[in-house]
Amino acid sequence: MATSRALSRLALRRAAAPTSVFTRTFATVSPSRPVVPESQTSTAKEPSPEKDARIKTFHIYRWNPDEPTSKPKMQSYTLDLNKTGPMMLDALIRIKNELDPTLTFRRSCREGICGSCAMNIDGVNTLACLCRIPTETTQESRVYPLPHMYVVKDLVPDLTNFYKQYRSIKPYLQRDTPPPDGRENRQSKAERRKLDGLYECILCACCSTSCPSYWWNQEEYLGPAVLLQSYRWIADSRDEKTQERQDALNNSMSLYRCHTILNCSRVCPKGLNPGLAIAEIKKSMAFT
Amino acid sequence: MTAPRALQLGLRRTGLGVKSTFNGFKSRIAQRRVASTQTTSESAAADNILVKQRLARPVSPHLGIYQANIAMYGSAFNRITGSILSGAFYIFGFAYLAAPTIGWHIETPSMVAAVGSWPIWAKIATKFSVAFPFLFHSLNGVRHLVWDTGRGFATKTTARSGWVVVAASVVGSAILTSV
Repeated sequence: MATSRALSRLALRRAAAPTSVFTRTFATVSPSRPVVPESQTSTAKEPSPEKDARIKTFHIYRWNPDEPTSKPKMQSYTLDLNKTGPMMLDALIRIKNELDPTLTFRRSCREGICGSCAMNIDGVNTLACLCRIPTETTQESRVYPLPHMYVVKDLVPDLTNFYKQYRSIKPYLQRDTPPPDGRENRQSKAERRKLDGLYECILCACCSTSCPSYWWNQEEYLGPAVLLQSYRWIADSRDEKTQERQDALNNSMSLYRCHTILNCSRVCPKGLNPGLAIAEIKKSMAFT
Repeated sequence: MTAPRALQLGLRRTGLGVKSTFNGFKSRIAQRRVASTQTTSESAAADNILVKQRLARPVSPHLGIYQANIAMYGSAFNRITGSILSGAFYIFGFAYLAAPTIGWHIETPSMVAAVGSWPIWAKIATKFSVAFPFLFHSLNGVRHLVWDTGRGFATKTTARSGWVVVAASVVGSAILTSV
């Protein structure tokens, strides 16, 4: 069964390939270009190391859109941990301030509330501001942008598609009837409790870009973050368009590309569980 | 105070008001907005640069740099073992159908006789490589059925259940191999 499905998918994909290139709104043809390893690039060193310096090496993904044909590369930086704050974001800001002002990354709140500094640190997606620098100086740290996204510059991924997908699930309260007492849309404590673990999502895209299904089917599959948001409205007792929301997901791609790989639940920097939310959507759709 | 004020406001609303004070005149000027607006994204030159840059954008590294973990590789292995099992099922099924025409002998007695003449290591290798995908896929299937009920999603639980499935299928296929 699995093989025949895979074969038919291959056949379909080959047939669909030429049209998809023309219908795309922006580049999708650029393949995953090989990254120049750090052994072939220069190292920017800590400006004035002291005697008891704890020097740690950071390898950071760099790509400059001003030289569009150039390959992305891993640039190395060494920092004295004694002079650096405890978090990865502190290290990045210090590199930008003191070693290399061209390093580009997004950051805003530095306390895990805005979701701007989402990136792949030592192989796991997380927020740089919530990720401690491992204190073993022998262990070198690697920082990449969020996986399988188009890179705008250095550690900045293009999240246009992600936000479009978020808009597509209509993330707002939909009601036709006014509240019975004419004042507020009320819900009981138990109904409100269903939204705990859902409303806290900050849309940092850590979970979506950790999902192999989302890597391979980014154009069609909504991904864990957007599905968690979708469930936040499906589970809301005040919303009256639950059926429409479920119908919108009822196709082979939007929701059912989730194969319960559960990378999403492992990485969520806010400790939420998108995998569980998706399972709850599937369950609610199976029993209606 | 109130009555003349109300009258003045009423006149102003109907557009018949007299410009009685300097202040009234000034406020009316302030309400008129004459600035023209232009959307920057509509400028063709900027758009062209963006389109060119988007075409050149690399895809950030993914599978090669992502930290190996039981959740991801357990799932990949589930897919691979499923493909092996169903692939073998189809291949053997069609071969069995075609055997009389082609002249192969893959009916049970001749297969038993053929395998019986193999060396012991070949028997162990073959039995293990059939038993392991079967057990891993079946046990992981149970895990998926539990997940479908919305249970066992805590990260620690999923990691533990993943390793339990690996251990159980290794032990189980060792037992099946020795039978």
